[in-house]
Amino acid sequence: MPNSIIRLENVDFSYGNKKVLENVNLNIEQGMFMGLVGPNGGGKSTLIQLVLGLLTPDKGKIHLLNQPIEHFKQWNRIGFVSQKANTFNKGFPATVFEVVAMGLTAKLGYLHFMKKKDKQRVYEAISLVGMEDEAHRNIGNLSGGQQQRIFIARALVSEPELLILDEPTVGIDYQNVDRFYELLHRLNQEENITLLLVSHDTGVLTKYATNVVCLNKTLHFHGNSEEYTALSTDYLSEIYGHPVQVVVHDHG
Amino acid sequence: MFSDIITFDFLRHTFLTGLLIGLIAPLLGSFLVVRRLSLLADALSHVTLAGIAFGLFIEKQFLIAFSPLYSGMGFSIIGAVLIEKLRSLYKAYQEIGIPIILSGGVGLSVIFIALANGFNTDLFGFLFGSVSAVTINDLYLISAISIFVILAIVLFYKELLTLSFDEEHATVSGIHSKRIHFLFIVLTALVIAASIRIVGVLLVSALMTLPVAAAMRLAQSFKQLMVLSIILAEFSVITGLISGYYANIPPGGTIVVISIIVLMLAFLWNKITLKHPKGDRVS
Repeated sequence: MPNSIIRLENVDFSYGNKKVLENVNLNIEQGMFMGLVGPNGGGKSTLIQLVLGLLTPDKGKIHLLNQPIEHFKQWNRIGFVSQKANTFNKGFPATVFEVVAMGLTAKLGYLHFMKKKDKQRVYEAISLVGMEDEAHRNIGNLSGGQQQRIFIARALVSEPELLILDEPTVGIDYQNVDRFYELLHRLNQEENITLLLVSHDTGVLTKYATNVVCLNKTLHFHGNSEEYTALSTDYLSEIYGHPVQVVVHDHG
Repeated sequence: MFSDIITFDFLRHTFLTGLLIGLIAPLLGSFLVVRRLSLLADALSHVTLAGIAFGLFIEKQFLIAFSPLYSGMGFSIIGAVLIEKLRSLYKAYQEIGIPIILSGGVGLSVIFIALANGFNTDLFGFLFGSVSAVTINDLYLISAISIFVILAIVLFYKELLTLSFDEEHATVSGIHSKRIHFLFIVLTALVIAASIRIVGVLLVSALMTLPVAAAMRLAQSFKQLMVLSIILAEFSVITGLISGYYANIPPGGTIVVISIIVLMLAFLWNKITLKHPKGDRVS
C-alpha cells in the first residue's frame, strides 16, 4: 500500500462567519503529482495554509507523513514555494547560492554551521533546476522565471519528500511555463518527489499532473488527470460558477 | 593624534571604542537596512537618551556615581520590547510602534533633563558624541556588548539572514521567527547603547545605515555587504575621530559627514563601473 503523504479528513475552516472549506477529504500518496484547481476564493490557498500548519482547522483531522499535524515537527521534509516568493525585495544583496542555502537553515538547526557537504548539497540543488552557471550572481538580476527556479532549489535543498507550490507560474513568461512544468515533471519522476501544485491554469497543469482535485469550498472532483480532462465543460462551469473552457494540451 | 593616543588614556579608550562600534554598528545595520527597519535605530536611540537623562538625574539627585550608559542600555532594551509589543498589537500597522516609542523617548528625556536642572556638558556629549568622555569602565562595558553582539550574530547568522530575506519561508520551514526577531531587536538596542558615547544619540542610526547604504551599491552578496560596510564604517570612524579631535568638533558630526561623503563616492563608483545599478531596482 502506498504511503500517505497528506491526509485530510472532514476538514472545515471558516474566516469569521464565512465558511471557506467544508468537509474536505483528500489523500495524497507518495509519488503523486497532484494538481489543485478551482476558482479564486474557492479555498485553495487556505487549504495550503492548513497543510503548512499556518492555520488550524475548525473541524477534522490533518495528517502529514502519517503523523497528526499537531505533533508534526519535521517541517524540513516538506518544501514550499509560495505565491509570494516572487515579491521578495529585489534589491536584497544576496547571491543565488546564499538564497538556496537558506533552505538548509531549519534542517541544520540552531548553532550548526554549514559544512562542506552542505555546500555541496546547495550546488546540487542549484544544478537540479539548471541554474549552475548563475550560482554566484545576485538574485535580483535574474529573470522572473529564473528566480522561481531558485525558490524551487531553496525548497529542494533540504531533500523534501513533498513539494508544495502555490501558483508558482504567476509572473513567469508564457514561453517559460512549459519549461517550468518539465522541471516539475522531472523532479516527480526522477527524484521521486511528491508534488502538490495549486493553479488556476488547468490547461497546462493537466498535461503534467498525475491527479487533479477541484476545490470550491468542497471537493468537487478527485481523480486522475485523464478523467479530469474528460469532464464536460458544463460540469466544470457549474463548479466554477461561471463558464470555463478547458484547453487540452497534448502530451509531447 | 597617534602620539597623543599613547600619551593620553582617555584618547586610547575613545579610539578603541570607535574601532569596536565601527565593527558592530554596520554588522547589525546590514540586517536592519535589508529588513527596511532603519528607523528602528532612531526610535531606540531616543529611548536610550531618556535612559541616559534618567541616569544623569539619579546621579545628580542621589550623588551616586555610575555610568548613565547602564540606564541608557536598560531603557533601550525596554523600548525594543515595547516596539515588539506594539507591532503585535497593530498587526496591519507594524511601523506605528516606531513613532510612538521615538516620541515617548524624547518626552521622557525632556522631563528628566528638566528634573536634573537642565543641560550640562555630559548631556551635550551624549547628544553629539565626544572624544574625551569614554572612561575605562565605559570601554569595558562596550567591549562586553561588542563581544556579545558579534557572538550572537556569528551563532545565529543563518537564521537572521533567512528571516531577513523571507519571513514567511523562515516560519514555514520551522525557524522560530519571533524569537530570532526578538534577539535581533535586543542586539540593536545594545549596539545603540554602545555607540552613543562616540557618535551621540542623534547620529547613532547614521552609523548603522550610511555605510550599509554605500556598500549596497557595490555588493553582490550579503557577506560582501557586511564586509564592505564594516570597512567603510571603520574608515569613517577613524578619520572622523582624528579630524574631530584636531578641529575640536564632536566626533558624531565628523563621522556622519565623512560617511555621507563615502556614500556619494559609492554612487560615483557605481555610475562609472556598473551599467545596471542595484539597490532600489524596480522590476
